[in-house]
Amino acid sequence: MSMNSECIVFQDAAVKRGDHVIWQHGTFSIPYGSVTAIVGTNGAGKTTMMKAELGLLPLAAGSLHVLGKPAGEANHRIGYVPQSYVANVDSNLTAEQSVLLGLTGTRFGIHPVTRAQRAKVREAMEFIGIADKAKYRLSELSGGLRQRVAIAQALVCDPKLLMLDEPLANLDLASQRATVHVLARLNKELGMTIQVVAHDLNMLLPILTGAVYLLDGHPHYADMGKVLDSDLLTHLYGTQVQVVTTPQGDMFVTPTPDEPENQPLDMHSAKEVAELHHHTHGTGNAHTR
Amino acid sequence: MNAIDFSFDPEWMSTLSAPFMMNAFVAGLCIALAAGVMGYFTIARRSTFAAHALAHIGLPGATGAVLLGLPVSLGMGVFALGGALVIGALGKRVSEREIATGTVLAFATGLGLFFARLSSSASQQMQSILFGSILTITDGQIIGFAIFDALLLILLAIIYRPLLFSSLDEQVAQAKGVPIGLMNVAFMAIMAGVITIAVPAVGTLLIFALVITPAAAANILAGSPLKAMIIASALCLISIWAGLVLSAMFPAPPSFIIVTISTLFWAIAKGVEALKSR
Repeated sequence: MSMNSECIVFQDAAVKRGDHVIWQHGTFSIPYGSVTAIVGTNGAGKTTMMKAELGLLPLAAGSLHVLGKPAGEANHRIGYVPQSYVANVDSNLTAEQSVLLGLTGTRFGIHPVTRAQRAKVREAMEFIGIADKAKYRLSELSGGLRQRVAIAQALVCDPKLLMLDEPLANLDLASQRATVHVLARLNKELGMTIQVVAHDLNMLLPILTGAVYLLDGHPHYADMGKVLDSDLLTHLYGTQVQVVTTPQGDMFVTPTPDEPENQPLDMHSAKEVAELHHHTHGTGNAHTR
Repeated sequence: MNAIDFSFDPEWMSTLSAPFMMNAFVAGLCIALAAGVMGYFTIARRSTFAAHALAHIGLPGATGAVLLGLPVSLGMGVFALGGALVIGALGKRVSEREIATGTVLAFATGLGLFFARLSSSASQQMQSILFGSILTITDGQIIGFAIFDALLLILLAIIYRPLLFSSLDEQVAQAKGVPIGLMNVAFMAIMAGVITIAVPAVGTLLIFALVITPAAAANILAGSPLKAMIIASALCLISIWAGLVLSAMFPAPPSFIIVTISTLFWAIAKGVEALKSR
């Protein structure tokens, strides 16, 4: 795999916090134009992975290239929407000013805002469908709208890659749907590569092309067809999971409805799974026994 | 007549034209400018408690300086700056710092009292450090205030956007290459300076009402940062100047009237906001 044809390339990458290995032996690549979910249980290192890709956390081993450059060196071409947009709840800035900071926020010195910059901000807000909210303060907007402001802010500098940490958490169903719709358009109309951290895949299933799953300290990448496997997802989440296909062709990931109380979960010990998964990167069949 | 006398002083115009009053008015202008601008950022960065604490951390510096025969502002400034650099280096995650900040605040206040008791001159100055003494500001202090204001405005003009960006969302700003550690330390260091020049007006205990409260009222009235800063400075200036005039008319300490007016502005803004959102 060439570093020019793939958007994100992991080579035996590992991240530690102190002496504790969060994940290691990450060797996979994510193609341009894909929509990828990073999935895994709480504490598996999903946000850590995003931070490593942004170069905000150093690697303990291996290498990580994003947009053809070592992680952190192409951040001006990455749009990043952290989960903390919920923290802006009391911000006094207007939506428009917040989006503008995505364009001008890193510049020291006195620079009057240009007409072109204002037009760029308006364009991004129109694309996201929040142009009518430009003059509202962030504190006056709902969580879903505040998040779309954050997406517009990430979008305004024309990124090639958009990264979102838990974009659907804390949103009601309609806002989740609106966000997924925006992501689908960014991918289809602008050809943007998109990566999201998510713990619930269902809403994203229609647009996902693949997933990075963090299982027992190893990240793997697989195309969507291989990820949507009941056995794999059961290992991944540590609880019984079923993949259901409706007559319309929609797929859903659900906890098994009638799980018997006393039945032992289909789980391996950490050591066992580590053996199963070692050197089987991205094949998606690691769960076969 | 009993001990409390709120009678109107008909000679107030002549009080106002005294030289020390002139100094107080000019000092008020310098303080309002610095407080209004930094108050906005303090609220945007959710660092209001840290700002309040800085004034108290400066207290032992102020009384210690009197003890050593040094200028009060020097001791105040050195201690506030030291505290600011420590708080700034610890990062912006205020919620995790509240207990540490509060503990240091209480200890510093106690230390300030201890230093004050060590000498009679420090003991005499204790009240003016705690509650302000805007009527005793000297020509030298005013020159210092003016220089500080000029430096503050130049520095803020340079770091304005990155500071605002890191105040809105530190993680995104960091990912985009804003040096957030430097922004934190720079913000806290400037804050220490603002506290140092504002303490002579209302003292360490009342400083919140002068630096934060006008900015909070301005935030309710204005949507853009620049407008909010201008309004905050204006409200702060009106509070100080009206405080000076009223304290010349009536026998009440200027600090009390300044803080009262500032609080009234905020209460009115809050009330109007509540009525609007109904």
